[in-house]
Amino acid sequence: MEALQETGAAAHKVPRKKRKRFMQDTLAGYLFISPMLITATVLTIIPILLSGIISFTDWNFIAGLDTIKFIGFHNYLKMFSDDHFIRSLTNNFALIFVIPVSLFISLTLAVLINKATYFKSFFKVIYFMPFISSFVAIAVLWRVLFHPSSGPINEFLMSIGIHNPPTWLADPSFSLISVMIIMVWAGIGFEMIIFMAGLQNIPGDLYEAADIDGASKIRQFFTVTIPMLSPTTFFLLITGIVGSFKVFDLIMILTNGGPAGSTSVIVFYLYEVAFIQLKSGYASAIGITLLVLILAITVVQWIGQKRWVNY
Amino acid sequence: MSSLRISRVIVTLLMSAAGIMFIMPFLWMLSASFKPELDVLTYPIQWIPKTWNAAENYREVWFGALPFSLYYLNTIKITLLTTVFSLIISSMAAYGFSKISFRGRDLLFIVILATFMIPSQAILVPQFMMYRWLGLFDSHTGLVLLGGSSVIGTFLLRQFYMSIHNEIIESARIDGANHLTIFVRITLPLVKSALATVMILRFIWTWNDYQNPLIFLRSDKLFTLQLGMTKFSDVNGEFYSLMMAGAVSAILPLLIIFIIGQKHVIEGVASGSVKG
Repeated sequence: MEALQETGAAAHKVPRKKRKRFMQDTLAGYLFISPMLITATVLTIIPILLSGIISFTDWNFIAGLDTIKFIGFHNYLKMFSDDHFIRSLTNNFALIFVIPVSLFISLTLAVLINKATYFKSFFKVIYFMPFISSFVAIAVLWRVLFHPSSGPINEFLMSIGIHNPPTWLADPSFSLISVMIIMVWAGIGFEMIIFMAGLQNIPGDLYEAADIDGASKIRQFFTVTIPMLSPTTFFLLITGIVGSFKVFDLIMILTNGGPAGSTSVIVFYLYEVAFIQLKSGYASAIGITLLVLILAITVVQWIGQKRWVNY
Repeated sequence: MSSLRISRVIVTLLMSAAGIMFIMPFLWMLSASFKPELDVLTYPIQWIPKTWNAAENYREVWFGALPFSLYYLNTIKITLLTTVFSLIISSMAAYGFSKISFRGRDLLFIVILATFMIPSQAILVPQFMMYRWLGLFDSHTGLVLLGGSSVIGTFLLRQFYMSIHNEIIESARIDGANHLTIFVRITLPLVKSALATVMILRFIWTWNDYQNPLIFLRSDKLFTLQLGMTKFSDVNGEFYSLMMAGAVSAILPLLIIFIIGQKHVIEGVASGSVKG
């Protein structure tokens, strides 16, 4: 109502009106963003600052604030000599290999489905199935499929003449590969959908020009499709690698970090240190290290993007 | 032309073979959930059960030793509340960040966006402590609050708000409408499809969330489906038919929602990332 009267006011009031409108906008702006701002501050920003402080202490959060003891950088130094941490970190780096493999498969699928097949939306639903399923359901399912003696996968391998198939999740030297197979399978659908959207944005005349120049379909794939998709690929690479550092549910339910720590990853180890060993200080230091690691990867990739992304 | 059509048919057939291999795990899960326990691991795999035990399996899951139906209700409640709460917060914030100009707006948006980089595990300890102090630990309210502040939802919706012309808002303001009226009457209807995307995605993510319920719930009667399923597999670890029936029950609602809203999910996921 007030605003209505305001606009009806005489012309000489304009400067004051403007100022008043500016005040109104500022007030309205803050009111609109305040729910988001408050929840983000309370639930994310304050906690990450607290995490930073706690990471310099030796403390068990159950014991109460008066037992807190500041120990400087000790927690950070401890990580270098903590075998379990180093193992988890190495596993995380190994998991990065999932991303190029699944990107390659999903790109191939996207191109084939986009160019050459009927029933497009049917295929989309099929490959998207793991995306809508929870990691709990996926882990529960694959634990049975990978069952060492009587699981369907090994039964199949034995029936085609492989007498000593790997015991997958039960074998420390195969468990991480098993986790990676599941991650590739679960990630393909999302990446494929994004690639298909990217393919839609490539102008058709590029292919027509290539046709006129006599380039084969395969040649066109490498000289037109791949360069034109580089921003999409790059986006998927960043989100994929950052995402691979946050895989928690799958590890927790599938292997619980085992056997013998062979599938432990940083976030899983962090959970163990924080909520089972109850070392809040050390867990926070691991959390901050993880954050720094993710930031570093992102920065490196942004720099790399300028090098090889072709717009 | 006909050779082109033949090659399309061949590729479709090859793709179908690949597609069937890809969803085989799900087919196996469905088929196992219908079988008596003894037939689950027989080989060659009976894709269509010889003996059906579907009714017994699902009855045992739903009304057996564990309160699976209670977990289901809890999950529905948490998911619906989180989705509504998060839609309200993110659509308001997205409007504020794109259609109102005020000092500090862009800086605040960058700060909010930056929080997305923080891995949720890095803040679990302080969150856990705060929740205990605030009395939000072991409550559904706490979980809803955690899932409600969605950076990615805000980001996606802001992209869509930016495509609405400022002239529409300007002329509405000259006609005397305030921001609340413009937000509710004019812009919300214009971003309906984006809202549907964010809604479905948030629904799927909350429904499937395991980590937050694991950390922030303690009482059995508050458990969600995902927590219940792990508990279920601890109790019935050797009963694969029952575990698969549980997993099918957990996935089915999402599959239905996904098939209905397929267009929104796929387009939303794609547009948010390709544009962003």
